[in-house]
Amino acid sequence: MDNVLEIENITKEFPGVKALKGVSFEVKRGEVHALVGENGAGKSTLMKILSGVYTPTTGKIRLDGKEVIFNDPKQAQQLGVSIIHQEFSLIPYLSSVDNIFLGREKKGANRLLDRKKMRKEAEEVLQRLNANIDLNKPVAHLSVANQQFIEIAKAIAIDTKVLIFDEPTASLTGKEIDKLFELIEKLKADGVTIIYISHHLDEILHMCDRMTCLRDGEWVGTREVKDVSKQDIVKMMVGREIVNVFPEKPTGNGKAEILLDVKRLHNKSVADIQFSLKKGEIIGIAGLVGSGRTETVRALIGADPAQEKDVYINGQKVDIKNPTDALSHGIALIPESRKTQGLVLNMTIKNNISLPILKDLSSFLGLINKKKEDGVIEKSIQDLLIKTPSSQQLVKNLSGGNQQKVVLAKWLNTDCKILIFDEPTRGIDIGAKEEIYKLMRNLADKGLSIIMISSELPEILGMSDRVLVMHKGRIKAEINGTETTSEKVMYYATGGGDV
Amino acid sequence: MSQLELNYQRKTVNVKEMFKNPEMLTLIGFFILCVFFSIASEQFLTGNNISNIIRQVSINGILAVGMTFVILTGGIDLSVGSVMAFTGTIMAGMMINMGMPPIVAVLLGILLGAALGYINGLFVAHARIPAIIVTLAMMEVARGAALLYTGGYPLSGLPSSYAFIGRGDLFGIIPMPAVIMVLVFIIAYIILNHLPIGRYIYAIGGNEEAVRLSGVKVKRVKAFVYLVSGVTAAISGLIMTSRLSSGQPMAGEGYELDAIAAVVLGGTSIAGGRGHIFGTILGALLLGVLSNGLNLMGVSPYVQRVLKGAIIVGAIYYSSVRQKD
Repeated sequence: MDNVLEIENITKEFPGVKALKGVSFEVKRGEVHALVGENGAGKSTLMKILSGVYTPTTGKIRLDGKEVIFNDPKQAQQLGVSIIHQEFSLIPYLSSVDNIFLGREKKGANRLLDRKKMRKEAEEVLQRLNANIDLNKPVAHLSVANQQFIEIAKAIAIDTKVLIFDEPTASLTGKEIDKLFELIEKLKADGVTIIYISHHLDEILHMCDRMTCLRDGEWVGTREVKDVSKQDIVKMMVGREIVNVFPEKPTGNGKAEILLDVKRLHNKSVADIQFSLKKGEIIGIAGLVGSGRTETVRALIGADPAQEKDVYINGQKVDIKNPTDALSHGIALIPESRKTQGLVLNMTIKNNISLPILKDLSSFLGLINKKKEDGVIEKSIQDLLIKTPSSQQLVKNLSGGNQQKVVLAKWLNTDCKILIFDEPTRGIDIGAKEEIYKLMRNLADKGLSIIMISSELPEILGMSDRVLVMHKGRIKAEINGTETTSEKVMYYATGGGDV
Repeated sequence: MSQLELNYQRKTVNVKEMFKNPEMLTLIGFFILCVFFSIASEQFLTGNNISNIIRQVSINGILAVGMTFVILTGGIDLSVGSVMAFTGTIMAGMMINMGMPPIVAVLLGILLGAALGYINGLFVAHARIPAIIVTLAMMEVARGAALLYTGGYPLSGLPSSYAFIGRGDLFGIIPMPAVIMVLVFIIAYIILNHLPIGRYIYAIGGNEEAVRLSGVKVKRVKAFVYLVSGVTAAISGLIMTSRLSSGQPMAGEGYELDAIAAVVLGGTSIAGGRGHIFGTILGALLLGVLSNGLNLMGVSPYVQRVLKGAIIVGAIYYSSVRQKD
C-alpha cells in the first residue's frame, strides 16, 4: 500500500501558542486512520490545516507524492481532501440536491439551473452510499443521521480522495452509528481514504486500521490498531508529567455534612442522575463532550426542564423551577461559555458584576445605591485581581482570564453556598488558571461547596475531592479523589465498564 | 495592564473619540439645522414657531421614550400609532358620551394603553412570537377597534377645560405637552439608570441568556417594556386628543416610524443593549426641527419624506460603521 497523504514536520503557531510542534506521519491509501488525543492536543488544528482552513507555519503536506498548499477549503476539496464537520455546514431550508451542489451548480445551455441533471447525479451519489433519502425535503426536516449522509454525499460528489470525519457519531443513535460504519466500509472499498477523529475508543478499535496519537501539539505515535488495547491508547493520550499548579487538597473532610443531595434527576439528555455534595467539598464531573455533564447541572438549576427531579438542600426538599429559584436556594452556575452565557460583553465590568445582586444594592424606593454598588465592585476587582484601568471598562476589552474573573466576581457576591463551575479555565492561560484554582480551594475551605465540570483531566485530578465520570447521559463511576488516575477516568469516560 | 487597555483608557478623553458618539452627531446635526433654518426662514426663530415645534415634538418624543425601552431589549413596537388613536378615541368617548370627568377618563385611557402594551409583551416574552409580528397584529387590532368604536368619524365636543393639556401653557409660557414630555423623560431616565429593571433592560439587549442565568426574571422585564410603550402611546393619545379637541380614529398613522427614527437617530442600537434616553430626545428634536423648517421653506411634503428616509439610513449606516471600529 502506498501513501496517499504525507504530513511532514507540520508546525502551527498562533500568537502566543504553539498548537502543533513538528508533527509528521503518513496516511496509507484506502485505510481508515484514527486520530486521537485529549482536548487541546492539536487534532482540530491539524484537521483545519488538512482541509485548507489554516495554512501551516512550517512543514509540508504531500498528496499522492506531490507537495500541495491549500489556501482555502475549496482548493483542498478540489484537490481531493474534504472534511465532515461535527456541526454540519448544510443550509437548512434548501433541499438535499441544492445542498449537495451548493457553489457548483450545474447550468444548462440556457444558463439556467439544470435541476434534472443535478437531481440525477445526486441520486447516483446517494445510491452509491446506499442511502434512501427524500431529495425534495428541506434538509432541516431530515434526521441528523440523514443530514450527515447528505454532508458525506456533498464530499463524495467531488471525487474525494481523503475524507476526514470529525467526531461523526457525536449526535447519532446506536442504529445510525452502525449504518455510518457500513458506509465507511463501503467508501473504503471504493478506495476512499478516511481519517477518523473520535474520543470513543471502542469505535476506533472496531473501525480503524491504524491510529495516530497527538498530545500537546506533538506526535506521540502511529500504531496498527490490531496491536493496541484501549489501555494502550489511553496511556498514549494522557501519559504526561502533570506540572503541579493545584493547591493541596484537605484531608479528612469526609465526615462533613451533606449539603446538596440530588436523589434523582432525569430529562431528555440525562438519565438517573444521583449524587451528593458535602459542605466544603469540590466534586469534579468528568466525561467527554456531549456526555451530559452540562446538561446535568442545567437541569439541576432549572435552566433546562427536567421530567423528574428530587433534590434536597440541608435535608429539606427544594423545588427549583428556574435559575431564579436556584439562586434563592444558594446555587449558582458559572457557565461554560463566558461570552454567550456568562457576560454581557457590551456592558461595563461594574454592570456585569452587579447584575445578580442589584436588588440587594437598591434601597430607597428601589433605587440602586450607586455608592454601595461602587464599593462592592471595587472590592471584587481587588479581591480577584482583575486587571483593568477602571470598573467602567467594557468587558469585551478584557483578556479571557480577566473576563472569567468578572464572571466569578458576579457570583461570589451573591452569598451562594453551592457554586457550579462549568469549564472554569477554558481558553485562559496557565497563570490565570492557577489563580482560579487557588480561589476555588479557598472558597471550599471557607465552607462553600463546589461542583466542577471539566474536560481537562489534570484539572479534574488536581482539584476534585471526589470525581463523577459521565458517559452518554449517565454517571458511570464515582471515584474518591485520592484514588483517581487519568487512566481510570478515561476508561469510564470512553464507555469502559459497559457490558 | 496591557497596552490595549491603556490605549482604551486614553482614548475616552480624546476629542476624536467624542465625535464617534452618535448622540454627538445628532446634537451637531440639530444645531446645524437650527442655524440653517433661522437663516433660511424669518419665521423659524419666532416664539410662536418654537412653541409650535415643541408641541409637535412632544407627541413623537413621548412615543419614542416607550420605543427606546422596547428597542433597548432588542424588540420593536409597531403598534404605538394605533394604540395612541384607540386610547385617544376611548378617552374622548368616555368624556363625551358617558360624561366622565376628564381625570377619570384619562387614567382609564392610560390603563387601557398599559393593558394593550402588556398583551404585546405577553406574546413576545411568553409565546416567543417575534415582536415585529405581535405588534404588527396589535397595530391592526387597535386601529380597527378605534374605527369600530367611533364608526369611522371623529368624536368631538370635548370639555373646554380638557383642551388645556394639549394647547395650554404652564405659567402662560411653557407649552403643556412639553411639560408632560419632560416629566416622562425624567421618569424614564430614573427607571433606566437608577432602578435594577433599567439595568436588566440594557443587559437583555446585550445577552439575554446571561441575564437569565443571573437569576433575573427575563420574561417579566420584556413584558414590562411593551407595557411602558403602551403607556407612552396612551399619553401621546391624550395630548393628541386634547390638541385636536376630538377623538380621531385615524390619528397617529405612521407615527411608529417617526418614533423608531427618533430612537435610532439618538444612537440606540436597533439590535438592543446600547443607547441612551438623552439621544432619543435629541433624535425627536432633530426630526421635529427638520419637518418644521422644511415646511416653513415651502418644501413639498413628498420631498420631505424622501429626505427623512435618507437621514435615517445615513444615521444607521454611520452607527454600524462605528461599531466595526
